[in-house]
Amino acid sequence: MTTTRQIRLTVNGMTYEGRAEPRTTLVDFLRAELGLTGTHVGCEHGVCGACTIIVNGQSVRSCLMLAVQADGASLMTVEGLGDGKLHPIQEAFMEEHGLQCGFCTPGFLMATYELLQQNQDPSDEEIKDALGGQICRCTGYQAIFRSVRLAAAKLKTAEA
Amino acid sequence: MKPPPFEYLDPRTAAEAISLLQQHEGEAKILAGGQSLMPLLNMRMARPGILIDLAKVTELNYVRAANGGLAIGAMTTKRSIEDSELVQKRQPLLHAATLLVAHPQIRNRGTLGGSMAHADPAAEYPAVAIALDAEFRVLGPRGERSISARDFFVTYLTTALEPAEVLTEVRLPALSERSGWSFIELARRHGDFALAGVAATLDLERGGQCSSARIVLFGIGPTALRVEEAEQSLIGERPSESLFQQAAKKASEAIDEPLSDIHASGEYRRHLARVLTRRALTEAATRARA
Repeated sequence: MTTTRQIRLTVNGMTYEGRAEPRTTLVDFLRAELGLTGTHVGCEHGVCGACTIIVNGQSVRSCLMLAVQADGASLMTVEGLGDGKLHPIQEAFMEEHGLQCGFCTPGFLMATYELLQQNQDPSDEEIKDALGGQICRCTGYQAIFRSVRLAAAKLKTAEA
Repeated sequence: MKPPPFEYLDPRTAAEAISLLQQHEGEAKILAGGQSLMPLLNMRMARPGILIDLAKVTELNYVRAANGGLAIGAMTTKRSIEDSELVQKRQPLLHAATLLVAHPQIRNRGTLGGSMAHADPAAEYPAVAIALDAEFRVLGPRGERSISARDFFVTYLTTALEPAEVLTEVRLPALSERSGWSFIELARRHGDFALAGVAATLDLERGGQCSSARIVLFGIGPTALRVEEAEQSLIGERPSESLFQQAAKKASEAIDEPLSDIHASGEYRRHLARVLTRRALTEAATRARA
């Protein structure tokens, strides 16, 4: 056991404090220490994208970050998307069947969230590039593309 | 799939990082963006006793204009490079290569210095550095020194950095007005490591003859490598399809034993070297004329 560190971070607008061993990955800290199990652990080496969350406004692999590195950071996980009801991105994934087993979905939602924060009207190529790091073994991706297009449209309407 | 135990240190300055490295020589490893080291830790292929995280060394995070070219701090993320107007304007080759590095989530964390110091032979950045004659600024216990790109990359995952040295900055000279460039790779899926790739630059004189050329292959040997015989064959000649075909053939023959693995055979990589070199030279010539 190595020296643990006290860390303090904001997740979905709430401040959490806890102790973490340096080797604890951020995703394990979120799930095991904070009980936020919405973020999934897939490959644990940065390839599958299931653990994608937003850290200080940017999407990252939470399996490739240490919990101690998130000290002072502001995080958003899938639990922070909907506010009592589904977020328009989640609605779009539901309506367009952008998920089947749902394992990869938290990662897809967060990658989509970052994309649509930065680009309200992404082209098909931009959607593919933004989601290129997310693997889905069920859908064949077409339904996911449709979901992201629908989500973009929903968010634009909501803003208008 | 959990990292082995290690102690974690997070210095605020590069000088502090170096004194920590010296103090814990042989035991400590530098953590930059973590997009290569973290997988190695998770899979327990690396077991450092101590990690020295440079995340808080903010003095190493910048993109600056320097001598007509660029000076980029080692802790600058690929995302910052991708979004930098200065990079797009001054060094489009670096910008184009950045877009081929992994996925947005990896580029959000992964750093320029991390990629260079990791020295994966199939990575894009080392090839860019060699093609552009980049200068590596390095800080160590005896002060600062400079290493040329051609000397920096020694072999697989091995650089000329001494145990207590840290890469602090990469300087990239600008391309000349009459210069064209190309960066092409072939990967199974967008964002994967390339099976093979080429970085090329071509300078054309007013008369249209080629005055200098750079051809760097990556993903094929133990480091990204210049194929000088192929470069030389272009000098003084006018760009043409047959000239580029011959140069591409020379480039593919220059590799003694192309890397052969589960992803592609050595012969296939040699074939790719030829095809991609021809395409890269054609594209570079088009850009040089534009």
